[in-house]
Amino acid sequence: MAFRFFAKSLLYGLPLGITFFDCVGYVARVDGTSMQPALNPVADVRDYVFLLRWGNHNSDVERGDIISLVSPKDPGQKIIKRVVGLQGDVVSTIGYRDPIVSVPQGHCWVEGDHTGHSLDSNTFGPVALGLMTAKAVAIVWPPERWRLLENELPRRRAPIQVAKTSHYN
Amino acid sequence: MIINWKRLSNIVRYTVAYAAITHCTFEYIGDFVLCKGPSMEPTLFTDNVLVTERLTKHWRGYKPGDIIIAVSPTNSKQCVCKRVVAVSGQEVHIAQPRSVANKTKPGMIKSYVPRGHIWIEGDNKDNSCDSRDYGPIPVGLIRSRVVYRVWPLADACGEL
Repeated sequence: MAFRFFAKSLLYGLPLGITFFDCVGYVARVDGTSMQPALNPVADVRDYVFLLRWGNHNSDVERGDIISLVSPKDPGQKIIKRVVGLQGDVVSTIGYRDPIVSVPQGHCWVEGDHTGHSLDSNTFGPVALGLMTAKAVAIVWPPERWRLLENELPRRRAPIQVAKTSHYN
Repeated sequence: MIINWKRLSNIVRYTVAYAAITHCTFEYIGDFVLCKGPSMEPTLFTDNVLVTERLTKHWRGYKPGDIIIAVSPTNSKQCVCKRVVAVSGQEVHIAQPRSVANKTKPGMIKSYVPRGHIWIEGDNKDNSCDSRDYGPIPVGLIRSRVVYRVWPLADACGEL
């Protein structure tokens, strides 16, 4: 009887949980130093961030948002970066094959805050917005690091020229 | 008016549970897609309904010849249905980049699909916006693989 009850709750509870994680958001651990100092400022302490999926269906991101996206080089890996340029922006690059890049339609330019220690658009170029999975909104763990993540873009990394309208059409 | 609270809560609970099960089925196992546009024309036509699956990518991956549904790289609100021509590491022939400065003749050059990317083309080569325009697309953009056509019934077939 107990087993049947357990199996039944699993049958209903598992899809409910997955749906919740898919639609509302989930917590994920940040690995690596590429987003220092915003995330993982101390080397051995990993931050856990809340990734919001609610309201991301039409992928409207803004410059300065921290987003998680599927790595364009390895589809099994997710990376977390800051959006620097949106479609139509002209951004100056650091070590990319072109010194200045105009972000194509439907793409964005993402960079880690830790310039030079981050595998980002300076390596693989502009990324398609369809690869974005969620937006990082808060650090939830460890407790002393609890805070909301601000939408901030260092002035030195702002696009050279911002597109007049955020959408082409 | 008397509201039967027990019955109401039962209805709500079942609705939520089945909505969640439906979501998981469509998101992780497979779903139905309505095909629009002429780019896959000899194979698929406008208003065909396709069954797609998302399971075999975990052990089989994508192979040349598969028809896939992917998020359009130029517009993340739109999906495209194309055929995989080459996967990462294979070679493709692309139109030579031309510029006004060096008057090269139109021709094809050999290129390799980079790691984690895939080369997709529509079957209707003359009327298709695909990797020949925007280059190889990341595998992460692929949503599902088409396995069956269920509508129209006369053309229903498997393994397109």
